[in-house]
Amino acid sequence: MSKAAGLLILDYWVSPFCQRVKIALNEKGLQYEDRHENDLFGGKSELLLKSNPVYQKVPVFLHDGKPVCESTIIVSYIDETWSSPPLLPPCSYGRAQARFWADYIDKKVFDATGNIWRSKEVNVEAKNEFIGILKQLEEALGDKDYFNGATFGFVDIIAIPLTCWFLAVERIGGFTVAEECPKFSSWTKRCLQRESVAKALPDPEKVYEFVLMFRKMQGIE
Amino acid sequence: MEGGVVLLDFWASMFGMRVRIALAEKEIKYEYSEQDLRNKSDLLLQMNPVHKKIPVLIHNGKPICESLVQVQYIDEVWNDQAPLLPADPYKRATARFWADFVDKKMYDSGSRIWKTKGEEQEAAKKEFIENLKLLEGELGDNLYFGGEGFGYVDVALVPFYCWFYAYEQCGNFSIEAECPKLIAWAKRCMQKESVAKSLADPEKVYEFLLQLKKAYGIE
Repeated sequence: MSKAAGLLILDYWVSPFCQRVKIALNEKGLQYEDRHENDLFGGKSELLLKSNPVYQKVPVFLHDGKPVCESTIIVSYIDETWSSPPLLPPCSYGRAQARFWADYIDKKVFDATGNIWRSKEVNVEAKNEFIGILKQLEEALGDKDYFNGATFGFVDIIAIPLTCWFLAVERIGGFTVAEECPKFSSWTKRCLQRESVAKALPDPEKVYEFVLMFRKMQGIE
Repeated sequence: MEGGVVLLDFWASMFGMRVRIALAEKEIKYEYSEQDLRNKSDLLLQMNPVHKKIPVLIHNGKPICESLVQVQYIDEVWNDQAPLLPADPYKRATARFWADFVDKKMYDSGSRIWKTKGEEQEAAKKEFIENLKLLEGELGDNLYFGGEGFGYVDVALVPFYCWFYAYEQCGNFSIEAECPKLIAWAKRCMQKESVAKSLADPEKVYEFLLQLKKAYGIE
């Protein structure tokens, strides 16, 4: 484990976006301080507001006090600053494909899970949209072990934390990802075997509890 | 000499303009292919099956989609001249942040100016101007977002300039009155040949927008 001076994440335990950053740092063998924002809904810390004035959101990654915001951008920054092991493929075309799929995942997956768990009634349209997105990702995965190829990398890091929300989506939506998208399910299990991933992700049961609490708060139950 | 480059594009697309500017900055010869978005070609659907959108950059027969991904690809492959992203990782992260901000905020708030009326339109105008002011803050006293030199964020943002006239007409406001520094920056960029020949004529954009509004059933 190498020590790099002043690495700090402003974090919130359930945020899959924060988990992306932690996985990237773990992959690089870096030690960092994980500082939790206790109250995202009422009292954001001064450091958060100062470091991310535009969006006022977690994660914020501070490297020697200099803030980097937006999880996908933070992961790219970590990869470019600490080059080993590389998270992106070496060739430009491979990198373009990785960035494309990271962008697709960013645009589609979390919102699709939200359309299911924020819905009072079981929403068939939302479920079909979600499954459609996972099937598209299965196509991108193909026969590879990881989106990055033979080795775990950038797109895998961007995608894997979102899977912690799938238990909630399955229970509320009344289906299972394993049945609908077995290839995606296998990829998920493969990633969860990595220590860098396993120690960064929360228990999906706790995420489910969080979702239920959120639904109650919003009067969805 | 790199292999054949083709750009599937639509003349009024800000996203397509980003790629045209990047290709021009790097002096890359390419085939420009104007697409009919109401009747999408087999080639477009084949090259971008996921989103079915332009622009699509085709290099040696292989497609790259999403404008900022394309600009980064062009910057990496043709790295012998006109660097768009800085070399320093922290500066790169900052550039990516602001290009992403443009992606997340400008198109959406701009679109709502011409798609809505009354209170909704006022809210859209307010948000649009607030976003531009944030960008002005980031620009500071620099000539370009890239600092001394024209760069990634400039490429990401400047195409919206040719849509400003249309937004102003639809929203009955002046962007220059609210954000003079940003307009000065845009005019500075327009002095570059790569930008001037890539951006559409604002009058033509406005005519196109009026047609779009009709098609959407908006007064």
